[in-house]
Amino acid sequence: MLHPNVTGIPVPRPTGESAPYWEGCREGELRFRRCASCDLSVFEPRPICPRCHGTDLPWAVSTGDGVVYSWSVVWRPQMPAFDVPYAPAIVRLDDGFDMVTAIVGCEPDEIHDGQRVSVEFHDVDDAITLPFFSLS
Amino acid sequence: MNVALHSVAITGAYNTEQARDLGRSTRDVLNEAALGAIADAGLTPADIDAVVATPSAQLVFDLGLGTTRTMSSGPDIEGILEAAGLLLTGEATAVLLAAAKASSFDRSSVAPWVRPANEFVVSHGLITPAEFAFMARRHMIEHGTTAEQMATVAAQIRNNGHANPEAIYHGKGPFTVDDILASPMVADPFHLLECATTSQGGCAVVMTLADRSADAANAPIWLLGGGSDRIGPSYQTSPSWDRVGFHGDDTVAGYIGRRAAQRAFGQAGINPADVDVCEFYDPFSFEIIRQFEAFGFCGDGEGGEFVMDGRIALSGEFPITTDGGLMSYSHAGSFPQQLQRVIRGVDQLRGTCAANQVDGAEIAIASNGGSGALYTEVLLMGSAPAT
Ligand SMILES: [Zn+2]
Repeated sequence: MLHPNVTGIPVPRPTGESAPYWEGCREGELRFRRCASCDLSVFEPRPICPRCHGTDLPWAVSTGDGVVYSWSVVWRPQMPAFDVPYAPAIVRLDDGFDMVTAIVGCEPDEIHDGQRVSVEFHDVDDAITLPFFSLS
Repeated sequence: MNVALHSVAITGAYNTEQARDLGRSTRDVLNEAALGAIADAGLTPADIDAVVATPSAQLVFDLGLGTTRTMSSGPDIEGILEAAGLLLTGEATAVLLAAAKASSFDRSSVAPWVRPANEFVVSHGLITPAEFAFMARRHMIEHGTTAEQMATVAAQIRNNGHANPEAIYHGKGPFTVDDILASPMVADPFHLLECATTSQGGCAVVMTLADRSADAANAPIWLLGGGSDRIGPSYQTSPSWDRVGFHGDDTVAGYIGRRAAQRAFGQAGINPADVDVCEFYDPFSFEIIRQFEAFGFCGDGEGGEFVMDGRIALSGEFPITTDGGLMSYSHAGSFPQQLQRVIRGVDQLRGTCAANQVDGAEIAIASNGGSGALYTEVLLMGSAPAT
Protein backbone atom coordinates (compact mmCIF):
# COMPACT_ATOMS: atom_id res chain seq x y z
CA MET A 1 0.00 0.00 0.00
CA LEU A 2 1.36 3.41 -0.97
CA HIS A 3 1.53 5.69 2.04
CA PRO A 4 2.59 9.31 2.47
CA ASN A 5 6.29 9.79 3.18
CA VAL A 6 6.38 12.54 5.78
CA THR A 7 9.05 11.48 8.30
CA GLY A 8 12.64 12.63 7.87
CA ILE A 9 12.09 13.91 4.35
CA PRO A 10 13.54 17.17 3.01
CA VAL A 11 11.11 19.88 4.07
CA PRO A 12 10.05 22.59 1.63
CA ARG A 13 11.28 26.08 2.36
CA PRO A 14 8.50 28.52 1.48
CA THR A 15 9.34 31.86 -0.09
CA GLY A 16 7.48 35.13 0.31
CA GLU A 17 5.77 34.32 -2.97
CA SER A 18 4.70 30.81 -1.92
CA ALA A 19 3.83 31.37 1.75
CA PRO A 20 0.05 31.64 1.09
CA TYR A 21 0.17 28.28 -0.71
CA TRP A 22 1.79 26.56 2.25
CA GLU A 23 -0.54 28.29 4.69
CA GLY A 24 -3.38 26.88 2.60
CA CYS A 25 -2.03 23.35 2.87
CA ARG A 26 -1.81 23.83 6.62
CA GLU A 27 -5.48 24.74 6.64
CA GLY A 28 -6.52 21.89 4.35
CA GLU A 29 -6.90 24.06 1.25
CA LEU A 30 -5.14 23.51 -2.08
CA ARG A 31 -4.47 27.05 -3.24
CA PHE A 32 -3.41 28.30 -6.65
CA ARG A 33 -3.40 31.63 -8.43
CA ARG A 34 -5.84 32.59 -11.15
CA CYS A 35 -5.12 35.47 -13.51
CA ALA A 36 -7.65 38.26 -12.99
CA SER A 37 -7.29 39.32 -16.64
CA CYS A 38 -7.45 36.06 -18.63
CA ASP A 39 -8.51 33.43 -16.05
CA LEU A 40 -5.39 31.25 -16.54
CA SER A 41 -4.73 28.96 -13.57
CA VAL A 42 -1.15 29.10 -12.31
CA PHE A 43 0.19 26.58 -9.80
CA GLU A 44 3.75 27.66 -9.01
CA PRO A 45 3.39 31.11 -7.45
CA ARG A 46 4.86 33.76 -9.70
CA PRO A 47 4.39 37.46 -10.21
CA ILE A 48 3.16 37.41 -13.81
CA CYS A 49 0.66 35.54 -15.95
CA PRO A 50 2.60 33.71 -18.70
CA ARG A 51 -0.33 34.06 -21.10
CA CYS A 52 -1.47 37.70 -20.87
CA HIS A 53 1.36 39.10 -18.73
CA GLY A 54 -1.12 40.49 -16.26
CA THR A 55 0.26 40.94 -12.77
CA ASP A 56 -2.97 40.64 -10.78
CA LEU A 57 -3.02 36.96 -9.78
CA PRO A 58 -5.31 36.53 -6.78
CA TRP A 59 -5.28 33.27 -4.81
CA ALA A 60 -8.08 30.77 -5.38
CA VAL A 61 -8.94 27.47 -3.68
CA SER A 62 -8.97 24.34 -5.80
CA THR A 63 -11.63 21.66 -5.49
CA GLY A 64 -8.66 19.30 -5.11
CA ASP A 65 -10.10 16.96 -7.72
CA GLY A 66 -8.34 15.93 -10.89
CA VAL A 67 -6.86 13.09 -12.89
CA VAL A 68 -3.53 11.29 -12.96
CA TYR A 69 -1.64 12.65 -15.98
CA SER A 70 1.59 10.73 -15.45
CA TRP A 71 3.35 8.82 -12.69
CA SER A 72 6.25 6.64 -11.67
CA VAL A 73 6.74 4.07 -8.95
CA VAL A 74 10.08 4.54 -7.23
CA TRP A 75 11.85 1.52 -5.74
CA ARG A 76 15.32 3.03 -5.21
CA PRO A 77 15.06 6.32 -3.29
CA GLN A 78 17.89 8.81 -2.86
CA MET A 79 17.22 9.15 0.82
CA PRO A 80 16.34 6.35 3.19
CA ALA A 81 13.55 8.49 4.65
CA PHE A 82 11.48 7.60 1.62
CA ASP A 83 9.81 4.23 2.17
CA VAL A 84 9.43 2.31 -1.07
CA PRO A 85 7.55 1.95 -3.15
CA TYR A 86 6.23 5.47 -3.51
CA ALA A 87 4.46 6.94 -6.50
CA PRO A 88 5.35 10.47 -7.55
CA ALA A 89 2.84 11.78 -10.05
CA ILE A 90 1.69 14.71 -12.12
CA VAL A 91 -1.94 15.40 -11.29
CA ARG A 92 -4.00 17.53 -13.67
CA LEU A 93 -6.50 19.42 -11.55
CA ASP A 94 -10.02 20.12 -12.76
CA ASP A 95 -9.22 23.73 -11.97
CA GLY A 96 -6.81 23.82 -14.89
CA PHE A 97 -3.30 23.32 -13.60
CA ASP A 98 -0.76 20.52 -13.23
CA MET A 99 1.18 19.80 -10.06
CA VAL A 100 3.77 17.33 -8.86
CA THR A 101 2.62 15.23 -5.93
CA ALA A 102 2.47 11.57 -4.90
CA ILE A 103 -0.37 9.06 -5.08
CA VAL A 104 -1.19 7.30 -1.79
CA GLY A 105 -3.74 4.91 -0.35
CA CYS A 106 -3.70 2.30 -3.10
CA GLU A 107 -1.46 -0.35 -4.61
CA PRO A 108 0.95 0.80 -7.35
CA ASP A 109 -0.86 -1.22 -10.01
CA GLU A 110 -4.14 0.56 -9.25
CA ILE A 111 -2.81 3.78 -10.78
CA HIS A 112 -3.94 4.35 -14.36
CA ASP A 113 -3.94 7.12 -16.91
CA GLY A 114 -6.85 9.45 -16.30
CA GLN A 115 -7.60 7.90 -12.90
CA ARG A 116 -9.76 10.29 -10.84
CA VAL A 117 -7.95 11.45 -7.71
CA SER A 118 -8.59 13.85 -4.84
CA VAL A 119 -6.23 15.79 -2.63
CA GLU A 120 -5.53 14.84 0.98
CA PHE A 121 -3.16 16.54 3.37
CA HIS A 122 -0.56 15.10 5.72
CA ASP A 123 1.49 17.05 8.26
CA VAL A 124 5.27 16.90 8.01
CA ASP A 125 6.14 19.05 11.01
CA ASP A 126 4.79 22.01 12.97
CA ALA A 127 4.94 24.30 9.95
CA ILE A 128 4.61 22.22 6.79
CA THR A 129 1.73 20.14 5.50
CA LEU A 130 2.01 18.32 2.18
CA PRO A 131 -0.68 17.65 -0.43
CA PHE A 132 -0.99 14.03 -1.59
CA PHE A 133 -3.67 12.49 -3.80
CA SER A 134 -5.68 9.31 -3.41
CA LEU A 135 -8.08 7.53 -5.75
CA SER A 136 -11.51 9.17 -5.76
CA MET B 1 23.93 27.93 -48.23
CA ASN B 2 25.84 30.83 -46.74
CA VAL B 3 25.73 30.17 -43.01
CA ALA B 4 28.33 31.93 -40.87
CA LEU B 5 28.50 28.91 -38.54
CA HIS B 6 30.02 26.87 -41.36
CA SER B 7 33.37 28.61 -41.02
CA VAL B 8 33.74 27.34 -37.43
CA ALA B 9 35.59 24.13 -36.63
CA ILE B 10 36.34 21.97 -33.62
CA THR B 11 40.10 21.55 -33.83
CA GLY B 12 40.93 20.05 -30.48
CA ALA B 13 39.19 17.41 -28.36
CA TYR B 14 40.39 15.52 -25.31
CA ASN B 15 39.04 13.14 -22.68
CA THR B 16 40.89 12.43 -19.45
CA GLU B 17 40.67 9.01 -17.92
CA GLN B 18 37.14 8.31 -16.62
CA ALA B 19 36.56 6.25 -13.49
CA ARG B 20 34.17 5.59 -10.66
CA ASP B 21 36.78 7.25 -8.42
CA LEU B 22 39.78 8.98 -9.97
CA GLY B 23 41.37 9.84 -6.65
CA ARG B 24 42.14 13.31 -7.96
CA SER B 25 40.72 16.78 -7.48
CA THR B 26 38.26 18.23 -9.95
CA ARG B 27 40.67 21.10 -10.49
CA ASP B 28 43.54 18.78 -11.39
CA VAL B 29 41.41 16.89 -13.89
CA LEU B 30 40.04 20.10 -15.41
CA ASN B 31 43.54 21.45 -16.00
CA GLU B 32 44.65 18.20 -17.64
CA ALA B 33 41.61 18.25 -19.92
CA ALA B 34 42.21 21.86 -20.95
CA LEU B 35 45.89 21.36 -21.75
CA GLY B 36 45.07 18.13 -23.56
CA ALA B 37 42.59 19.81 -25.88
CA ILE B 38 44.90 22.76 -26.55
CA ALA B 39 47.72 20.39 -27.53
CA ASP B 40 45.36 18.31 -29.64
CA ALA B 41 44.44 21.48 -31.54
CA GLY B 42 48.11 22.15 -32.28
CA LEU B 43 47.95 25.35 -30.23
CA THR B 44 49.61 26.63 -27.08
CA PRO B 45 47.89 28.18 -24.06
CA ALA B 46 48.94 31.60 -25.39
CA ASP B 47 46.59 31.11 -28.34
CA ILE B 48 43.47 30.73 -26.17
CA ASP B 49 41.58 34.00 -25.81
CA ALA B 50 38.19 32.78 -24.60
CA VAL B 51 37.23 30.15 -22.02
CA VAL B 52 34.06 28.47 -20.85
CA ALA B 53 34.74 25.93 -18.12
CA THR B 54 33.58 24.59 -14.76
CA PRO B 55 34.51 27.17 -13.56
CA SER B 56 35.96 29.52 -16.17
CA ALA B 57 37.68 32.00 -13.87
CA GLN B 58 39.57 29.31 -12.00
CA LEU B 59 40.83 27.71 -15.21
CA VAL B 60 42.03 31.07 -16.56
CA PHE B 61 43.80 31.57 -13.23
CA ASP B 62 45.31 28.09 -12.96
CA LEU B 63 46.68 28.12 -16.52
CA GLY B 64 47.89 31.70 -16.20
CA LEU B 65 46.12 32.72 -19.37
CA GLY B 66 46.12 36.41 -18.54
CA THR B 67 43.13 38.54 -19.40
CA THR B 68 40.70 36.25 -21.14
CA ARG B 69 37.12 36.43 -22.38
CA THR B 70 34.97 34.08 -20.32
CA MET B 71 31.42 32.96 -20.98
CA SER B 72 28.54 32.62 -18.56
CA SER B 73 27.05 29.60 -20.30
CA GLY B 74 28.36 26.10 -19.64
CA PRO B 75 30.74 23.90 -21.62
CA ASP B 76 28.07 21.99 -23.49
CA ILE B 77 26.43 22.25 -26.92
CA GLU B 78 24.88 25.56 -25.97
CA GLY B 79 28.36 26.74 -25.01
CA ILE B 80 29.73 25.54 -28.34
CA LEU B 81 27.12 27.54 -30.23
CA GLU B 82 27.83 30.63 -28.15
CA ALA B 83 31.57 30.13 -28.58
CA ALA B 84 30.98 30.08 -32.33
CA GLY B 85 29.40 33.49 -31.88
CA LEU B 86 32.52 34.82 -30.18
CA LEU B 87 34.63 33.55 -33.07
CA LEU B 88 32.30 34.93 -35.72
CA THR B 89 32.06 38.37 -34.18
CA GLY B 90 35.81 38.53 -33.87
CA GLU B 91 35.78 38.72 -30.10
CA ALA B 92 37.88 35.58 -29.87
CA THR B 93 40.13 33.55 -32.16
CA ALA B 94 40.45 30.33 -30.18
CA VAL B 95 37.89 29.22 -27.59
CA LEU B 96 38.52 26.55 -24.96
CA LEU B 97 35.58 24.64 -23.45
CA ALA B 98 36.52 22.44 -20.51
CA ALA B 99 34.60 20.45 -17.90
CA ALA B 100 35.50 18.11 -15.06
CA LYS B 101 34.04 16.43 -12.02
CA ALA B 102 36.25 14.37 -9.76
CA SER B 103 35.69 15.25 -6.14
CA SER B 104 34.36 12.57 -3.88
CA PHE B 105 30.67 12.28 -3.43
CA ASP B 106 28.39 9.84 -1.72
CA ARG B 107 27.34 7.10 -4.05
CA SER B 108 23.63 7.01 -3.69
CA SER B 109 21.52 5.11 -6.13
CA VAL B 110 21.14 7.95 -8.61
CA ALA B 111 23.18 10.93 -9.65
CA PRO B 112 23.31 13.18 -6.57
CA TRP B 113 24.15 16.48 -8.29
CA VAL B 114 20.73 16.76 -9.82
CA ARG B 115 18.74 16.27 -6.65
CA PRO B 116 15.81 18.62 -6.86
CA ALA B 117 15.70 21.23 -4.13
CA ASN B 118 12.66 23.17 -5.26
CA GLU B 119 9.92 23.58 -2.66
CA PHE B 120 7.26 22.03 -4.92
CA VAL B 121 9.16 18.87 -5.82
CA VAL B 122 11.70 18.16 -3.06
CA SER B 123 9.31 16.63 -0.58
CA HIS B 124 7.72 14.18 -2.98
CA GLY B 125 10.97 12.36 -3.69
CA LEU B 126 11.20 13.58 -7.27
CA ILE B 127 14.47 11.90 -8.16
CA THR B 128 15.68 12.55 -11.70
CA PRO B 129 14.63 9.11 -12.98
CA ALA B 130 11.06 9.89 -11.87
CA GLU B 131 11.05 13.23 -13.69
CA PHE B 132 12.05 11.45 -16.89
CA ALA B 133 9.69 8.56 -16.17
CA PHE B 134 6.77 11.02 -16.33
CA MET B 135 7.66 11.69 -19.98
CA ALA B 136 8.22 8.04 -20.85
CA ARG B 137 4.91 7.08 -19.23
CA ARG B 138 2.96 9.51 -21.40
CA HIS B 139 4.61 8.10 -24.50
CA MET B 140 3.74 4.55 -23.42
CA ILE B 141 0.13 5.63 -22.87
CA GLU B 142 -0.27 7.50 -26.11
CA HIS B 143 1.79 5.32 -28.45
CA GLY B 144 2.07 1.90 -26.85
CA THR B 145 5.82 2.15 -26.44
CA THR B 146 7.01 -0.97 -24.64
CA ALA B 147 9.48 -1.88 -21.91
CA GLU B 148 11.23 -4.14 -24.45
CA GLN B 149 11.75 -1.26 -26.87
CA MET B 150 13.27 0.91 -24.16
CA ALA B 151 15.42 -1.99 -22.93
CA THR B 152 16.64 -2.51 -26.49
CA VAL B 153 18.07 1.00 -26.40
CA ALA B 154 19.79 0.40 -23.06
CA ALA B 155 21.22 -2.94 -24.19
CA GLN B 156 22.70 -1.34 -27.31
CA ILE B 157 24.30 1.55 -25.44
CA ARG B 158 25.65 -0.70 -22.69
CA ASN B 159 27.01 -3.12 -25.27
CA ASN B 160 28.75 -0.20 -26.97
CA GLY B 161 30.39 0.57 -23.62
CA HIS B 162 31.16 -3.10 -23.03
CA ALA B 163 33.22 -3.08 -26.24
CA ASN B 164 34.92 0.29 -25.57
CA PRO B 165 38.18 -0.05 -23.60
CA GLU B 166 37.86 3.62 -22.55
CA ALA B 167 34.43 3.08 -20.94
CA ILE B 168 34.15 2.70 -17.19
CA TYR B 169 31.93 -0.32 -17.70
CA HIS B 170 34.15 -1.86 -20.37
CA GLY B 171 33.87 -5.64 -20.35
CA LYS B 172 30.88 -5.67 -18.00
CA GLY B 173 28.57 -7.12 -20.62
CA PRO B 174 27.37 -8.13 -23.03
CA PHE B 175 23.79 -7.32 -22.16
CA THR B 176 20.60 -8.78 -23.58
CA VAL B 177 17.23 -7.09 -23.48
CA ASP B 178 16.27 -9.61 -20.80
CA ASP B 179 19.31 -8.61 -18.72
CA ILE B 180 18.13 -5.00 -18.79
CA LEU B 181 14.59 -5.94 -17.81
CA ALA B 182 15.86 -8.21 -15.03
CA SER B 183 17.81 -5.42 -13.36
CA PRO B 184 16.18 -3.80 -10.30
CA MET B 185 13.46 -1.26 -10.93
CA VAL B 186 14.59 2.28 -10.01
CA ALA B 187 11.64 4.42 -11.09
CA ASP B 188 9.07 2.60 -13.16
CA PRO B 189 9.38 2.21 -16.15
CA PHE B 190 13.17 2.58 -15.76
CA HIS B 191 15.25 -0.35 -14.54
CA LEU B 192 18.69 0.24 -13.09
CA LEU B 193 20.42 -0.61 -16.38
CA GLU B 194 18.28 1.95 -18.23
CA CYS B 195 19.66 4.81 -16.13
CA ALA B 196 22.88 6.79 -16.28
CA THR B 197 25.69 5.75 -13.95
CA THR B 198 27.73 8.07 -11.74
CA SER B 199 31.44 8.59 -12.23
CA GLN B 200 34.33 11.05 -12.48
CA GLY B 201 36.30 12.52 -15.33
CA GLY B 202 37.04 15.52 -17.49
CA CYS B 203 37.11 16.62 -21.09
CA ALA B 204 37.72 19.67 -23.24
CA VAL B 205 37.30 21.06 -26.75
CA VAL B 206 39.02 23.85 -28.70
CA MET B 207 37.25 25.77 -31.44
CA THR B 208 38.67 28.12 -34.07
CA LEU B 209 37.67 29.62 -37.37
CA ALA B 210 38.59 27.87 -40.59
CA ASP B 211 41.66 30.03 -41.21
CA ARG B 212 43.24 28.86 -37.94
CA SER B 213 42.41 25.19 -38.36
CA ALA B 214 45.52 24.55 -40.44
CA ASP B 215 47.45 24.50 -37.14
CA ALA B 216 45.47 21.51 -35.92
CA ALA B 217 47.18 18.17 -35.42
CA ASN B 218 44.04 16.42 -36.62
CA ALA B 219 41.63 17.28 -39.41
CA PRO B 220 39.16 19.93 -38.25
CA ILE B 221 35.59 18.87 -37.61
CA TRP B 222 33.15 21.39 -38.98
CA LEU B 223 30.00 22.79 -37.46
CA LEU B 224 27.11 22.25 -39.85
CA GLY B 225 24.22 23.43 -37.71
CA GLY B 226 22.96 23.70 -34.19
CA GLY B 227 20.20 24.79 -31.88
CA SER B 228 19.17 24.87 -28.23
CA ASP B 229 15.67 24.74 -26.78
CA ARG B 230 14.37 25.32 -23.26
CA ILE B 231 10.82 25.61 -22.03
CA GLY B 232 11.30 26.11 -18.29
CA PRO B 233 13.53 25.47 -15.27
CA SER B 234 14.71 21.89 -14.70
CA TYR B 235 13.26 19.98 -11.75
CA GLN B 236 11.13 22.80 -10.42
CA THR B 237 7.82 22.33 -12.19
CA SER B 238 5.81 19.42 -13.53
CA PRO B 239 7.46 17.94 -16.63
CA SER B 240 4.16 17.42 -18.44
CA TRP B 241 4.52 16.02 -21.96
CA ASP B 242 2.02 18.50 -23.40
CA ARG B 243 3.35 21.61 -21.68
CA VAL B 244 3.57 24.51 -24.13
CA GLY B 245 4.26 28.21 -23.94
CA PHE B 246 1.69 30.84 -24.83
CA HIS B 247 3.78 32.88 -27.22
CA GLY B 248 6.04 31.91 -30.10
CA ASP B 249 7.01 28.31 -30.80
CA ASP B 250 4.33 25.78 -29.84
CA THR B 251 6.43 22.61 -29.54
CA VAL B 252 5.28 20.51 -26.57
CA ALA B 253 7.78 19.79 -23.80
CA GLY B 254 7.78 16.11 -24.78
CA TYR B 255 9.36 17.09 -28.07
CA ILE B 256 11.72 19.67 -26.67
CA GLY B 257 14.65 19.92 -29.10
CA ARG B 258 12.47 19.73 -32.20
CA ARG B 259 12.83 23.43 -32.94
CA ALA B 260 16.59 23.17 -32.33
CA ALA B 261 16.90 20.16 -34.64
CA GLN B 262 14.89 21.80 -37.40
CA ARG B 263 17.13 24.81 -37.12
CA ALA B 264 20.26 22.66 -37.18
CA PHE B 265 19.19 20.59 -40.19
CA GLY B 266 18.06 23.74 -41.98
CA GLN B 267 21.44 25.38 -41.46
CA ALA B 268 23.23 22.23 -42.56
CA GLY B 269 21.05 21.81 -45.63
CA ILE B 270 20.68 18.10 -44.88
CA ASN B 271 18.05 15.68 -43.57
CA PRO B 272 18.13 13.16 -40.73
CA ALA B 273 18.63 10.42 -43.33
CA ASP B 274 22.03 11.95 -44.13
CA VAL B 275 23.32 11.40 -40.57
CA ASP B 276 25.89 8.61 -40.13
CA VAL B 277 26.24 8.60 -36.33
CA CYS B 278 23.79 9.63 -33.59
CA GLU B 279 25.71 10.65 -30.47
CA PHE B 280 22.50 11.13 -28.52
CA TYR B 281 22.51 12.07 -24.87
CA ASP B 282 21.31 9.05 -22.89
CA PRO B 283 20.30 9.87 -19.32
CA PHE B 284 17.54 7.25 -19.62
CA SER B 285 16.66 4.69 -22.27
CA PHE B 286 13.43 6.34 -23.38
CA GLU B 287 15.20 9.58 -24.25
CA ILE B 288 16.75 7.94 -27.33
CA ILE B 289 13.31 6.94 -28.63
CA ARG B 290 12.06 10.45 -27.95
CA GLN B 291 14.97 12.11 -29.72
CA PHE B 292 14.48 10.08 -32.90
CA GLU B 293 10.94 11.49 -33.01
CA ALA B 294 11.73 15.01 -31.84
CA PHE B 295 14.60 15.42 -34.31
CA GLY B 296 12.59 14.11 -37.26
CA PHE B 297 14.27 10.73 -37.84
CA CYS B 298 10.82 9.12 -37.65
CA GLY B 299 7.24 10.18 -37.12
CA ASP B 300 5.64 10.99 -33.79
CA GLY B 301 4.88 7.79 -31.91
CA GLU B 302 7.07 5.68 -34.19
CA GLY B 303 10.24 5.81 -32.09
CA GLY B 304 9.59 2.58 -30.22
CA GLU B 305 9.44 0.56 -33.44
CA PHE B 306 12.23 2.64 -34.94
CA VAL B 307 14.86 1.43 -32.45
CA MET B 308 14.11 -2.23 -33.12
CA ASP B 309 15.47 -4.53 -35.83
CA GLY B 310 19.08 -3.43 -35.54
CA ARG B 311 18.65 0.11 -36.78
CA ILE B 312 20.54 1.55 -33.79
CA ALA B 313 23.30 -1.08 -33.82
CA LEU B 314 26.85 -0.06 -34.75
CA SER B 315 26.27 -1.67 -38.14
CA GLY B 316 22.77 -0.24 -38.44
CA GLU B 317 21.36 2.77 -40.21
CA PHE B 318 21.65 5.07 -37.17
CA PRO B 319 24.26 3.90 -34.63
CA ILE B 320 23.61 5.54 -31.24
CA THR B 321 25.84 6.74 -28.43
CA THR B 322 28.80 4.72 -29.63
CA ASP B 323 31.14 5.09 -26.65
CA GLY B 324 28.58 3.75 -24.18
CA GLY B 325 27.35 7.17 -23.14
CA LEU B 326 26.17 8.10 -19.68
CA MET B 327 25.11 4.52 -19.05
CA SER B 328 28.51 2.93 -19.57
CA TYR B 329 31.26 5.28 -20.77
CA SER B 330 31.03 7.98 -18.09
CA HIS B 331 28.64 10.32 -16.31
CA ALA B 332 30.83 12.81 -14.53
CA GLY B 333 28.78 15.71 -13.27
CA SER B 334 26.50 17.98 -15.18
CA PHE B 335 28.84 19.22 -17.90
CA PRO B 336 31.58 16.70 -18.81
CA GLN B 337 29.01 14.14 -19.91
CA GLN B 338 27.32 16.69 -22.16
CA LEU B 339 30.51 17.88 -23.86
CA GLN B 340 31.52 14.23 -24.26
CA ARG B 341 28.66 13.66 -26.71
CA VAL B 342 30.32 16.24 -28.96
CA ILE B 343 33.79 14.78 -28.43
CA ARG B 344 32.57 11.33 -29.39
CA GLY B 345 31.10 12.81 -32.55
CA VAL B 346 34.47 14.41 -33.29
CA ASP B 347 36.26 11.10 -32.73
CA GLN B 348 33.84 9.30 -35.05
CA LEU B 349 34.29 11.88 -37.81
CA ARG B 350 38.07 11.83 -37.40
CA GLY B 351 37.92 8.05 -37.59
CA THR B 352 39.98 7.72 -34.41
CA CYS B 353 37.66 5.79 -32.08
CA ALA B 354 39.52 3.11 -30.14
CA ALA B 355 36.47 0.89 -30.56
CA ASN B 356 33.09 1.03 -32.26
CA GLN B 357 34.32 3.20 -35.12
CA VAL B 358 31.54 3.64 -37.67
CA ASP B 359 33.22 3.15 -41.03
CA GLY B 360 33.19 6.19 -43.25
CA ALA B 361 31.27 8.41 -40.85
CA GLU B 362 30.99 11.88 -42.38
CA ILE B 363 28.07 13.48 -40.54
CA ALA B 364 27.32 13.18 -36.83
CA ILE B 365 24.59 14.57 -34.62
CA ALA B 366 25.16 15.17 -30.90
CA SER B 367 22.60 16.15 -28.30
CA ASN B 368 22.41 17.32 -24.68
CA GLY B 369 19.67 17.59 -22.12
CA GLY B 370 16.35 15.80 -22.09
CA SER B 371 12.62 16.09 -21.78
CA GLY B 372 12.53 15.53 -18.03
CA ALA B 373 14.84 18.53 -17.62
CA LEU B 374 12.83 20.66 -20.06
CA TYR B 375 15.73 21.45 -22.40
CA THR B 376 17.51 19.87 -25.34
CA GLU B 377 20.51 21.00 -27.41
CA VAL B 378 21.47 19.74 -30.85
CA LEU B 379 24.69 19.96 -32.87
CA LEU B 380 25.42 18.69 -36.38
CA MET B 381 29.07 18.16 -37.27
CA GLY B 382 30.81 17.09 -40.47
CA SER B 383 34.19 15.76 -41.53
CA ALA B 384 33.96 18.27 -44.37
CA PRO B 385 32.63 21.83 -44.36
CA ALA B 386 29.01 22.35 -45.33
CA THR B 387 28.53 22.76 -49.06
ZN1 LIG C 1 -3.51 36.13 -17.79
